[in-house]
Amino acid sequence: MSSMQRSNTMAKAVSFRWAPDFAAIQQVLVQRVLPPVVIIALLGILWELLCSSPGAVLPPPSQVLRDTWELIVNPFYNHGGNDVGMAWQILASLERVAYGYSLAVVAGIALGVLVGQSTWAMRGLDPVFQVLRTVPPLAWLPISLAGFQDSTPSAIFVIFITAIWPIIINTSVGIRNIPEDYRNVARVLRLNGMEYFTRIMLPAAAPYIFSGLRIGVGLSWLAIVAAEMLIGGVGIGFFIWDAWNASMISDIILALVYVGIVGFVLDRMVAFIGSWVTRGTAQG
Amino acid sequence: MSNRYLSIENVDMTFHAKGVESQVLKGIDLTVDRGEYISIIGHSGCGKSTLLNIVAGLTESTSGAVILDGKEVNSPGPDRSVVFQNHSLLPWLTVYENVALAVNKTCARTKNKAERHEWIIKNLEMVGMGHALDKRPAEISGGMKQRVGIARALAMEPKVLLLDEPFGALDALTRAHLQEEVMRIQDELGNTVIMITHDVDEAVLLSDRIVMLTNGPSARIGEILDIELPRPRDRIALADDPRYNHYRQEVLRFLYEKQRKVESLAQRRGAVGEKEKGEKQKDEKEKAKERARAKA
Repeated sequence: MSSMQRSNTMAKAVSFRWAPDFAAIQQVLVQRVLPPVVIIALLGILWELLCSSPGAVLPPPSQVLRDTWELIVNPFYNHGGNDVGMAWQILASLERVAYGYSLAVVAGIALGVLVGQSTWAMRGLDPVFQVLRTVPPLAWLPISLAGFQDSTPSAIFVIFITAIWPIIINTSVGIRNIPEDYRNVARVLRLNGMEYFTRIMLPAAAPYIFSGLRIGVGLSWLAIVAAEMLIGGVGIGFFIWDAWNASMISDIILALVYVGIVGFVLDRMVAFIGSWVTRGTAQG
Repeated sequence: MSNRYLSIENVDMTFHAKGVESQVLKGIDLTVDRGEYISIIGHSGCGKSTLLNIVAGLTESTSGAVILDGKEVNSPGPDRSVVFQNHSLLPWLTVYENVALAVNKTCARTKNKAERHEWIIKNLEMVGMGHALDKRPAEISGGMKQRVGIARALAMEPKVLLLDEPFGALDALTRAHLQEEVMRIQDELGNTVIMITHDVDEAVLLSDRIVMLTNGPSARIGEILDIELPRPRDRIALADDPRYNHYRQEVLRFLYEKQRKVESLAQRRGAVGEKEKGEKQKDEKEKAKERARAKA
């Protein structure tokens, strides 16, 4: 209460120069930042209470912090082999996701355009897509290991095959929903195929495409952790598996927090790019 | 000066859907002079828009031909630019970019970059949208969007300008205002225009000739009315003009007596249940007059 009052008086004190900015920042802090901070603090306290009893199997947050402090403060150490800092582990995973996801974006949009444009292609390919997209990501790993004979391309392939389905399906729906009016405009102007693709089709379908991209990036990140547990090497997924084998539960918990934060950031990044690119696409 | 700039020759249109044939247009014959302003009026569903789409080349007629300036029309093109009823601006482009897309595509050979820029600005200023070049369609009103749509169509320097119920989605005041603008631009540029409308006053005010379509299926040209009112026309002065009222009544008589809209069975059953059929007819006429009065 007293701190609230103090910040209010501070707002008044500063308001001589840039009052509106300060008020806006304060509003954001109170409305957006405060509620999650309060909830996280409450959950932390609850966790601490539940895991503090002598018989608890999982460590309380204070214990986790103590155990993993070295990892948290030294994210970039490198002792060779798999013994590298958390930042390197996450970057290694992100690199795999970047390759697999980029391939999925290119191939997914291309296939989505094909399926969206051609009724024949849709009739032929849609049943195939509908069946294949239900195959769980990890089920692809053995077959891709057999095919590629190497773990890195296999992991990338698993990411690719996981992320591509929502991209294809959303792109094709977006293409099929392009209003007839826009097509007519293109026909009256006699836009050629390439002009139609870049000036009408992509912008008109962009909101759909980006919702596919957003689902895809989330699925990629889900799949990479599981795939890395099996293929080993540097990467956040194998780090978790390794920690489990060494019974370092605190390390696992720290890794889970990092995985969650990175996944959240990836989702927000794609969402932000999407809203920036499609800022003008709202129906007018 | 009948020089047959555009001629629509014996056009039939039949749609096939699920094995059912439905003839929409039958034997449409029409010639339009250069610089003439033609309105096509008829009840909704009679095939007006289909006819316009055939002239635009967006729909292919079942038989017959459209000949513009000595060449047969068989695909859409910028020489027949269309102002669509719902403006059809691309929402991801600004007002300027929407017109620029058309200008850069159609005038790439005839104008250099600076000339194209000037031409875009000139057309947007002509419709009074010079102040909103960087606005996106979502940020401007319906009337403004339609202005931009008109600027886009004019900027292509079409041989025929096709207006598909251009003011249908606008409120009465905005519509009146835009009609004035279109008349002014028409006086200035002398375009050849075909406009689809279902608004009797709009047709009489703007047109040199009004083409009235009979009710579908198999709609034909019922009557053609020459509007010999001097230009520039002023709607307020015309309101008391006997010739204007005579023209308006001619069109109203065609639409509400000769071609009274046959309502769907369900609607008719509901209405006839309460009244005698003759009474209902009278009622319809009354309503039509009321509508006409409300618009005047």
